[in-house]
Amino acid sequence: MISFDDVDKSWGPNHVLKKLNFHVKPAEKVSIIGPSGSGKTTILRILMTLENPDEGIVTVDGDELWNVERGRRIRRETTQMKLTRRKIGMVFQQFNLFPHLSAIQNVMEAPIQVLGMSKNEAHERAKGLLDTVGLGEHLDHKPPKLSGGQQQRVAIARAMAMRPKVMLFDEVTSALDPELVGDVLDVIRDLATSTDMTMLLVTHEMRFAEEISDRVVMFDGGVAVEQGPPQKIFQDPDNERTRRFLKAVLEH
Amino acid sequence: MSENFGVIFSSILDGLTTTIWATLGGIALTIVLAFAAGLGMLSRWLAVRWLARIYVEVFRGTSEVVQLFWIFFVLPLLVGFRLVPLFAGILVLGLNHGAYGGEIVRGAVQSVPKAQHEGAIACNFSPAQRMFRVILPQAVVEMMPPFGPDIMVIYGVELAFYLVLAILITIVMRALESAGAKRIGRMPPPRTKFLAKTQGGGV
Ligand SMILES: Nc1ncnc2c1ncn2[C@@H]1O[C@H](COP(=O)(O)OP(=O)(O)OP(=O)(O)O)[C@@H](O)[C@H]1O
Ligand SMILES: [Mg+2]
Repeated sequence: MISFDDVDKSWGPNHVLKKLNFHVKPAEKVSIIGPSGSGKTTILRILMTLENPDEGIVTVDGDELWNVERGRRIRRETTQMKLTRRKIGMVFQQFNLFPHLSAIQNVMEAPIQVLGMSKNEAHERAKGLLDTVGLGEHLDHKPPKLSGGQQQRVAIARAMAMRPKVMLFDEVTSALDPELVGDVLDVIRDLATSTDMTMLLVTHEMRFAEEISDRVVMFDGGVAVEQGPPQKIFQDPDNERTRRFLKAVLEH
Repeated sequence: MSENFGVIFSSILDGLTTTIWATLGGIALTIVLAFAAGLGMLSRWLAVRWLARIYVEVFRGTSEVVQLFWIFFVLPLLVGFRLVPLFAGILVLGLNHGAYGGEIVRGAVQSVPKAQHEGAIACNFSPAQRMFRVILPQAVVEMMPPFGPDIMVIYGVELAFYLVLAILITIVMRALESAGAKRIGRMPPPRTKFLAKTQGGGV
């Protein structure tokens, strides 16, 4: 479903992705872990077309998203890219909801504008989605009136409204107060078990990652240093760096 | 006297209506030009950015009086006809304030956080949808503080200036009239005051 072939990315001397090769099967739930600055967010942002690779090919569902030859001018917003991008949805650490629109308008806007859906249909779909994430009571609230946990669940509903084949979650609970984390994780767990969406999660919630993912990938120094089934990675990692990282994280 | 007052009143009213129309027209033109220039300066295309930048710099860099002079006296030499003064006024007001407004629009659009652009991209909006559905609605709120005083105060002051001018002229006229009337010992007939004055002096 997703493939990164020889993808390279640097900012100045900071070589973030080094000839990355990374593949995800359809419906697979993959958790990405690794120390800060290891390029986890960069991988998701390249998929959402928020960042461009310096080199390499990225495809989604068989369609090319990026095909960059080193030194060539990077072409953004090509028709091909726009169509491929529709298969992808993303939930951000800071929610990135539109503050001037109510919860339900946030969810309705893209289906109406991008898919050309009728207002009634979009309203139905949005209401259904907000009900499932537990926000049926707050349809007309603007984001600033909602708690962080509620905002993040609206953001998940907003991404789901486009029925993406691939969903990207970038540390979606790190900006939340601890008591609000559970509700958001419950929603993601539901999605993981009840849909065949391909899911890519960057997370520091190790227990949650172990519970819902089919595969865990450990990134460090611009490469995937180790990957495998969650039980293997969390209980008996082969790689020394993985062991050190998990020890540091799980000590808290 | 009451007849005379009626004439004065109706000429004030005429001036007032004209001033209000000029102000409204100027405001409308300002808003259109400010958005065009502000968005132009943020365009993806270099040529559009340059065009918008040149417009803003030229009209911010020269005075309104100079601009009025060019539009009212020099432009006719180039295109062969002269604008009605009212239109020339509207045009200068709009072009000048539009250039300042362009910077306000640009600043407000740039003040919308990057996260909003990224949220809009993740929603698969096209570049135009991102601007008009997500960024501008938030930027307009930012524009209100600078734009509010700009349009309201500047145009208000100009409007008041024209009004005071109109009232001053009327007062001076009335003073001249009553001075003339005293000399001849009667009320001057309306509209013939200068004639009446010379007649009075002649007798
Ligand atoms: N726009 C940018 N300009 C310059 N450097 C950047 C930019 N975005 C990311 N980087 C750098 O790239 C590296 C990888 O960043 P990235 O956000 O992908 O890390 P991460 O694994 O998500 O880390 P974290 O766990 O802290 O979120 C970091 O060193 C970061 O400073
Ligand atoms: Mg990150």
